[in-house]
Amino acid sequence: MSSTSTTTTAVTLVTPMRPAEGPWRRAWRQFIHQRSAIIGMAIIGVLVFTAIFAPWIAPFDPTEVLLGKEEGIQKRSGPCLHLFGCPPDRPQHIMGVDGNFRDLFSRVIYGARLSLFIGFVTVSISVAIGVLLGAVAGFVGGWVDNVIMRVLDVVLAFPFLLLAIAIVSVLGPGLLNAMLGIAIVSIPAYARVIRASVLSAREEEYVLAARTIGLGPLAILFGHILPNAISPLIVQATLGIGTAIIEVAALSFLGLGAQPPTPEWGSMLSAERNQVFTAPHLVFFPGLAIMLTVLGFNLLGDGLRDALDPRLKV
Amino acid sequence: MLRYTLRRLIVAVPVLFGVLLVTFVLVRLIPGDPCTAQLGEKATEAICARFNAEKGLDKPIPVQFGIYIRDVLQGDLGTSIRFNRPVTQLIAERLPVTLELGFFALLLACIVGVPLGIIAALRRNSAIDVATMVISNVGVSMPVFWLGLMLAYMFALLLKDTPFQLPPSGRLTAGVTSVPFYVVWGWEVDLKSGFGQVLQFFANMYLFNSLITFQWEVFRDALRHLILPAMALGTIPMAIIARMTRSSMLEVLGRDYVRTARAKGLADVVVTIRHALRNALLPVVTIIGLQLGTIFSGAVLTETIFNLAGVGRILYDAISTRDYPIIQGFTLAIAFSYVMINLLVDLSYGFLDPRIRY
Repeated sequence: MSSTSTTTTAVTLVTPMRPAEGPWRRAWRQFIHQRSAIIGMAIIGVLVFTAIFAPWIAPFDPTEVLLGKEEGIQKRSGPCLHLFGCPPDRPQHIMGVDGNFRDLFSRVIYGARLSLFIGFVTVSISVAIGVLLGAVAGFVGGWVDNVIMRVLDVVLAFPFLLLAIAIVSVLGPGLLNAMLGIAIVSIPAYARVIRASVLSAREEEYVLAARTIGLGPLAILFGHILPNAISPLIVQATLGIGTAIIEVAALSFLGLGAQPPTPEWGSMLSAERNQVFTAPHLVFFPGLAIMLTVLGFNLLGDGLRDALDPRLKV
Repeated sequence: MLRYTLRRLIVAVPVLFGVLLVTFVLVRLIPGDPCTAQLGEKATEAICARFNAEKGLDKPIPVQFGIYIRDVLQGDLGTSIRFNRPVTQLIAERLPVTLELGFFALLLACIVGVPLGIIAALRRNSAIDVATMVISNVGVSMPVFWLGLMLAYMFALLLKDTPFQLPPSGRLTAGVTSVPFYVVWGWEVDLKSGFGQVLQFFANMYLFNSLITFQWEVFRDALRHLILPAMALGTIPMAIIARMTRSSMLEVLGRDYVRTARAKGLADVVVTIRHALRNALLPVVTIIGLQLGTIFSGAVLTETIFNLAGVGRILYDAISTRDYPIIQGFTLAIAFSYVMINLLVDLSYGFLDPRIRY
């Protein structure tokens, strides 16, 4: 009898306490309370949706030349929406028609696919190489660290885009080479982030503990140090996706990236840039698409930084 | 401070050497050779052999590199294959264009960005603050080439025949010429000499040149041509500077010494500027220094759009025509400017914060 009553008391004492909140859960809670992060997520959500469902959203094939297939189509004609008072005898094109009689809206929609692909692949390449170099430099130290970091310093001494241009010239113009060029040029940023984290983690007690129980250097590096260095990397990579998209578009703009008729936003802009005074819509929409995409990743990156790195909170 | 400066310059030598080595190897990896790129159809084997012998391109690459390094140490950056002119002369002609554009763009970025950041921090969470954050977020996401084209469209076409109309290309209106200051002042200079090239370098910064010689018509014209490219190039740095100023000010405004300054009855303006801003500027200056990369990279795009004969343009053309000496020389010049400007930035810390001693 008395024992039951003790148990009941114990239960009432325990129930009001909630389980401790893990760091990821806390980060998530902080993350979803930020306006910028939410907006960023929303933009990227729309983008991903557009990319997946592009064939259903786009009214035309992005490379289809409509001359002769559609009555009354005019080269570089402006946006025409019947809903907004465009005469019903003219064919409807939400963002107008480009210099090759293609529907600009369809091209911009398909461009979302390419841009996401460009952003993720480019950043993945530089993260993979950057993490490896940074981790080795920080963990091994000594002359290895010195050599790696000085080589990366040389990369940083070049203006970003010019080095990328030179690399693409070596490899030959094309979308994949442009992505590779931008990826190579971005390596130092990731290597530095990881190296800094590794350096500070190397002296932590949990690393000492791991060493004491006899773990090898690789197990310590991959099992204990890198997982603790992951949050600054996530932030850097998210912001890097935006940068990669903008820089690859810049290379395409210079004619070194995606080649026509690929519906890539930068090359679409490049193709019509001399028409900016007569057909500004052909420059405006692809550029707006680039800007919104990059904005989405930047906002998301900022939100992640505030959520994952409590030290940076003002 | 002198010792620190010297040490920094010595540390820069291996980096500059690395830059030279990488450039030297990289340009030779670009498919195609200068001879075919220059002569096109006429490039037969015999002609190319003579061409290469003339330019010293027939020697083994390590030997070429040795010769190049020897020449560079003597201040000779070689001769452009395409223009057949000394690279130093071309640098004296082109680098000022980019430096002037970059300087003006950064100036614009600071003039707008710093006050915007201060006001946003002082009126935290107000409409101005939110607007500043929106502007800076949108600003950093803007592709330079798109912004440039849109600005050209807006100011050259939409605002045509209004006082805000601005020219969308070139450095001066046809018919306007900037007379070099050494000509105005009647100096006898040998333009081929090193000194003459330094003078040309400064004279080619039209704003600077017309300012010191009181050619106001030229100054006004050059300024009007510079505004659009500078706006395009300066927007990203402006956004970053505004954001940095804001967060740095917010941090400083919460400090004890700011509260003390307020408590002893100092005017708000004095507290903001003398006590808070001066301390908040340190990270801002660092960020400004870091924008140089953005500026030089953006210059390639801006110069393409606004038809400016600057470094970005000539380098881009040189890569496609395999003009090795130009690529090498200009890359070295850019890397050197980088090192120098970063050194100036670091030295300015001591000026902003007397606690920092070198």
